[in-house]
Amino acid sequence: MQRIGVFVCWCGSNIAGTVDVKAVSEALSHEPGVVYSINYQYMCSEAGQNLVKDAIRDYNLTGVVICSCSPRMHENTFRKAAASAGLNPYMVEIANIREQCSWIHKDMPTATEKAIILGRAAIAKVHLNAPLMAGESPVIKRALVIGGGIAGIQTALDIADAGFEVDIVEKEPTIGGKMTQLDKTFPTLDCAACILTPKMVDCAQHEKINIFSFSEVEKVKGFVGNFHVTIKKKARFVDETKCTGCGECTAKCPVKGVPNEFNLGMDNRRAIYIPFAQAVPKVATIDPNYCNMLKNGKCGLCAKVCGAGAIDYKQQDQFVEREYGAIVVATGFNPIKLDQFDEFGYSQSKDVITSLEFERLTNAAGPTSGTLLRPSDGKHPHTIVFVQCVGSRDTSGCGKTYCSRICCMYTAKHAMLTREKYPDTDVYVFYIDVRSPGKNYDEFYRRAVEQYGVHYIKGMVGKVAPRADGKLMVQASDLIAGEQLHIEADLVVLATAIEPDKTARPLATMLTASMDTNDFFTEAHAKLRPVESPTAGIFLSGACQGPKDIPDTVSQAGAAAAKVIGLLAKDKLTTNPCVAESNELMCNGCSSCEKVCPYGAITYLDKEFRMPDRTTMVRRVASVNPAVCQGCGACTVACPSGAMDLKGFSNSQIMAEVDAICQMK
Amino acid sequence: MPNEVKAFKPKIVAFCCNWCSYAGADLAGTNRLNYPADVKIIRVPCSCRVNPMFILRAFQRGADGVILCGCHPGDCHYTTGNYYARRRMTLLFSMLDYLGIEKERTRVEWVSAAEGAKFAATMNDFVETVTRLGENKRLEDLRCKE
Amino acid sequence: MSDRLKEQVLRTSGVNVLKCMRCGKCSATCPSYDEMEYHPHQFVYMVEKGEIEKLMASPSIYKCLSCFACIERCPRDVEPAKLVEAIRLMVIRQQGQNHLKPGQIPEMLDEELPQQAIVTAFRKYAK
Repeated sequence: MQRIGVFVCWCGSNIAGTVDVKAVSEALSHEPGVVYSINYQYMCSEAGQNLVKDAIRDYNLTGVVICSCSPRMHENTFRKAAASAGLNPYMVEIANIREQCSWIHKDMPTATEKAIILGRAAIAKVHLNAPLMAGESPVIKRALVIGGGIAGIQTALDIADAGFEVDIVEKEPTIGGKMTQLDKTFPTLDCAACILTPKMVDCAQHEKINIFSFSEVEKVKGFVGNFHVTIKKKARFVDETKCTGCGECTAKCPVKGVPNEFNLGMDNRRAIYIPFAQAVPKVATIDPNYCNMLKNGKCGLCAKVCGAGAIDYKQQDQFVEREYGAIVVATGFNPIKLDQFDEFGYSQSKDVITSLEFERLTNAAGPTSGTLLRPSDGKHPHTIVFVQCVGSRDTSGCGKTYCSRICCMYTAKHAMLTREKYPDTDVYVFYIDVRSPGKNYDEFYRRAVEQYGVHYIKGMVGKVAPRADGKLMVQASDLIAGEQLHIEADLVVLATAIEPDKTARPLATMLTASMDTNDFFTEAHAKLRPVESPTAGIFLSGACQGPKDIPDTVSQAGAAAAKVIGLLAKDKLTTNPCVAESNELMCNGCSSCEKVCPYGAITYLDKEFRMPDRTTMVRRVASVNPAVCQGCGACTVACPSGAMDLKGFSNSQIMAEVDAICQMK
Repeated sequence: MPNEVKAFKPKIVAFCCNWCSYAGADLAGTNRLNYPADVKIIRVPCSCRVNPMFILRAFQRGADGVILCGCHPGDCHYTTGNYYARRRMTLLFSMLDYLGIEKERTRVEWVSAAEGAKFAATMNDFVETVTRLGENKRLEDLRCKE
Repeated sequence: MSDRLKEQVLRTSGVNVLKCMRCGKCSATCPSYDEMEYHPHQFVYMVEKGEIEKLMASPSIYKCLSCFACIERCPRDVEPAKLVEAIRLMVIRQQGQNHLKPGQIPEMLDEELPQQAIVTAFRKYAK
């Protein structure tokens, strides 16, 4: 039997004004197990807390019920007071007789009666309370950043600068991501390479940063502070430690016709390649789909010319196991495929290109060395049509329902730069809405119209038809003039919607991080916790959380880093003790609880049980990881055998409250 | 009037999610919005913590109405808990209806932490509905019978 | 009156005009744009505003080829051609008689006439 102390608070006249507090403490003093009952003006004051502490010592209390304001207000205050008097803090229960009684009722007898019932319910619950211990788990002081684009790079640099080790895992042969393919960046028109490549070099040289390029996350186990990750280093058939990046091999390789993915297939590379001149790490990679040596053992030229002896045709995938305290997801985006948009003729004409392809066509390091030429005949285009919202804001099922957010601005940039370099070109932009809410963004867009004379037309393109003479017939509506336009264009640029990288979905499953229907990672709270995943220890950086331009990505990357640093700076994490617990003797291993757990906190163990006939039997039973469980209790209801219960809100405790409330007379 | 019959006072149990409707109830209090004292709130971490057993127990012990309040769909603190609650309660309530406990005596409502007024209005409406139905038939716990 | 007409158009067509985001792709894609007084995107907007009588009086409803290009291309699944068809139907029903009966068709057939035109004409003029 518990020895319970009841403390009824007046809260000045807030409670005492409508609740007869003396009657309440008197009535509750007769409840079973109550050995001490008192009322006092302000229980939360220093003197009030001392009353609790003294009573715990003097009366050897094993449980405390405070009838006062909402537990959301002072539960912690009283738990701390109890703890300082040597009582387990989870033996304290609060009966809410202010917000949910005295403040909403005017009639004193009614309010007093209700206060007594609420007090009884709390007493009934305390009878079944058990001391709970907040667990501790250590924090491994190393972070993993998945994805080496601008988001991942910035997060890694910020974490490393705070003094913590960071690993970047990048699936491509080099870090840098999409930003390496861009020409200039809005709204200031800095050259992308000029601002990105120094950061890539910083990453490579930082003593706290370790880059796993051409690698993928294979397996994730563990929980916040204590993740165990298996990283697959894909075979690149070149020894990274030996390769100097001199480029001798890439110049001599006889296989020349490999589509160059860095230039989106608009020119070719060799079978052994370095994606671009400023690649980090600057190490060659052999493409096994094209290399003659790997396909049929006939060549070996690169190994012959390599002075460093770095070529290794027998290299295998390697698996590295590492431990981390925090994981940052920075998997980024890709433009969508345009198979569903035949009306724009992307597959029919080489001169219908995506905006990312346009970036490469205007980039000095691109296939045309920065001169804007039509991909079909290499001639200078005189009329260019830009189409916005290709696949964005599309609820018909062909594209994406959301706004891709970056297209308005880069299209304004493309149009502006085209007019600047080639004033003899006519540039048309077809838009539905121009969305330019960033700092200096609207001014930028207006400059394209007012200074550079780009023709912005409100309307959509309905059809692009390639003509035999190479011209593209663009049929579009001009909604403001109320006309249908027919433009003979030389080049059509599609502002293609962006979508999360394909690797994000399997990664989310590995991390048990939640995603929305578009495969963007969901944040813990849309406004207040925008860079954290609901899964503890997983953080989000960049476009994996939603479409973002570079300024937003960099600020979010910094914010994610700050959250990671805050986590890694702790030596130990205290865990919430009110978590689910499985009774192994009752569990039948059916997996119902695992299916409803939003955090992946439940695993199954094969455990040996001693049977009544002295034999042993191995059974599969559920086991809750208290560091991962957040204590929602979904599993406790799903469990068909009643083996799962929630500490602090157990079945018997809530039943006792129900009984106490219903037994009023 | 000596012969006046004592007005029927229903017993109502409200299960409230700690993150939204319990805070909504607190807000109703802070704003001094009245609702009948017949409603007694039990705090749970999430609407999905509410086992159908709790509701059956309440009816066994003579409750006249049970209401479950959770976060609005999509706003669950634990991401998906309220969806589980919604599904479970749909099943439970139709079974209770079959057993003779009217659908009006059971209810699921979504009340956010900012909706103090909605909380009070919901409780007023629910108490009125249950009062109109009168005293509930008590579910019998056969284990307790001879 | 116009509210009732709007209600009727929406019900017959099954179109939710509020889904339209005013991009104009329907009119951009329409092959009989130049023939029409009101264009596909205007149909959507005018139905939303309840200006059904204007549309009923306009020859545009007979210029629509029912090729459904606007339905095919609309990024928001609005289906403007169904609105045109619904309004056409309303006009026909108002007149209380069909312009064309299936029995009349064979003698009117012309070898040059494309199959689709027969089908569309039948859809347009028969109830």
